[in-house]
Amino acid sequence: MMPPTHDAILAVVRKDWGRILSVLVSTFGDFQLAEDALQDAVLAALKSWAVVVPDAPDAWLITTAKRRALDRIRRNQTLAKKTPEIAFFLEHQQTDPEDGTPMNIPDKRLEMLFTCCHPALEPKTQTALTLRTLGGLTVEEIAAAFLDKPATMAQRLSRARTKIKVAGIPYKVPEPDDLPGRLASVLQAIYLIFNEGYAASSGEQVLRCDLIAEAIGLGQVLCDLMPDAPEAAGLLALMLLHDARRAGRTSEHGAMIALQDQDRSLWDTDQIARADCLLRNAMRAGMVGPYQLQAAIAALHAQAPDWDQTDWPQIVALYGVLMAVQPSPVVDLNRAVAMSFAGNLAEALAVLDGLSDALDDYSHFHAARADMLARDGQGIAAANCFQIAINLSGNAADRQFLQSKMGRIRLQ
Amino acid sequence: MQYMCLIYSTEGSGPQPGSDEWGAFMQGYNDFTTKVREEGKLVAGDALQPVATATTICVRGGSTETVDGPFAETKEQLGGYYLLDCVDLDEALKYAAMIPTADYGRIEVRPIIVWDN
Repeated sequence: MMPPTHDAILAVVRKDWGRILSVLVSTFGDFQLAEDALQDAVLAALKSWAVVVPDAPDAWLITTAKRRALDRIRRNQTLAKKTPEIAFFLEHQQTDPEDGTPMNIPDKRLEMLFTCCHPALEPKTQTALTLRTLGGLTVEEIAAAFLDKPATMAQRLSRARTKIKVAGIPYKVPEPDDLPGRLASVLQAIYLIFNEGYAASSGEQVLRCDLIAEAIGLGQVLCDLMPDAPEAAGLLALMLLHDARRAGRTSEHGAMIALQDQDRSLWDTDQIARADCLLRNAMRAGMVGPYQLQAAIAALHAQAPDWDQTDWPQIVALYGVLMAVQPSPVVDLNRAVAMSFAGNLAEALAVLDGLSDALDDYSHFHAARADMLARDGQGIAAANCFQIAINLSGNAADRQFLQSKMGRIRLQ
Repeated sequence: MQYMCLIYSTEGSGPQPGSDEWGAFMQGYNDFTTKVREEGKLVAGDALQPVATATTICVRGGSTETVDGPFAETKEQLGGYYLLDCVDLDEALKYAAMIPTADYGRIEVRPIIVWDN
């Protein structure tokens, strides 16, 4: 048998990283010690697995990390004083197999997700810590994803681990009373990771596509561990639906293509079907929330044979429900756009008039209005609106996209 | 763990003595204090005199500088505190949210340092 390569070993480690680290953190009650010990164990694995990978690599890593944690405590007086109970526990725990044979490893990832996404941490910190702890991304990878320096990101992560320890942020699934709010924070962190990948995937950075896969993986873990949370399934369905259209979203030159002009044969129909099935099951619980509603809207787009045959009245209705659940001017803007395609262009323009104060600084608002004015035959007003949208846009790809749309009106 | 819940609000905002809301507001504080005492969470708690009575000191280069007033000129001032003994931050935040001033001011929750020796 060929000995495993360095990369193959790291791939094995990465696959199990989140599960192993979660177990170690909940065993030690100390985030930093757990992560340092696991790093030590990974270095040991690179040496000893070069001959043969053990039958149960996860058990091997856990056993090794526990020994390394004990070594660290013995070497470090301060640590030993602060963590006598961990040292005692590790000294007297003889139950782990020595040779890395399979053992029953509890799944503590859900507890870890709630810890990493605790509202006492900044949203950016929540997403970064989740990627590091549960996704097993390296600090360098996370820094690149957020366009930060590795040292800055390392410091952010280290501060977060310290705050968790010092402020007493617990490693547990919240009490039922707190669960809805806390779950919302976990869902938001996962969706932020997804959007970080999705919004930037028109660029050349492959890493950002990794973020999409990471977010979907975390969404899957959350769904598996909380089968009775329909919003978790709603979020997973929403991410799968967006991701299923990825291949049609950009041209070969990397330019963004509007939904209206996308080649729908490039969409991943298997993934759309999977998301649809997930969503239908979730909605049966009768506890509709913003993620299920957004997924339902995305599903209608994904299943339409083309733009004109999209079920616009149904989309308008779903945006109406979303407005009731989670009102925001942006949701109302989207509702108006759907109305305009459902045959109520004049009514839609009137809705936009009511939103102009709230969304005056929002490029997409002016772009949507420009598009509606153009369809209403008001070419000059439309061109003016496109120009405002272009001036407000901070993204070169968006500006180019709007320029080309503006160019098309003038030709008409 | 012990958590210090620092009660910040803008002086003169919120229910004022003599107003209709004052009685209910004070009753809210009485109820909260009774609750945390009975539930074994209360270590200490006090209301503070207005910020005009505050004096801030700092020692620079060995000499003490004394300043009239609070450290920072912000709109919101520290008006009182509770020191609560809670199992974790989640529990401390839950109690902090029951402090009546949380409705219009802010409560800062900070863990107390436990010295080794």
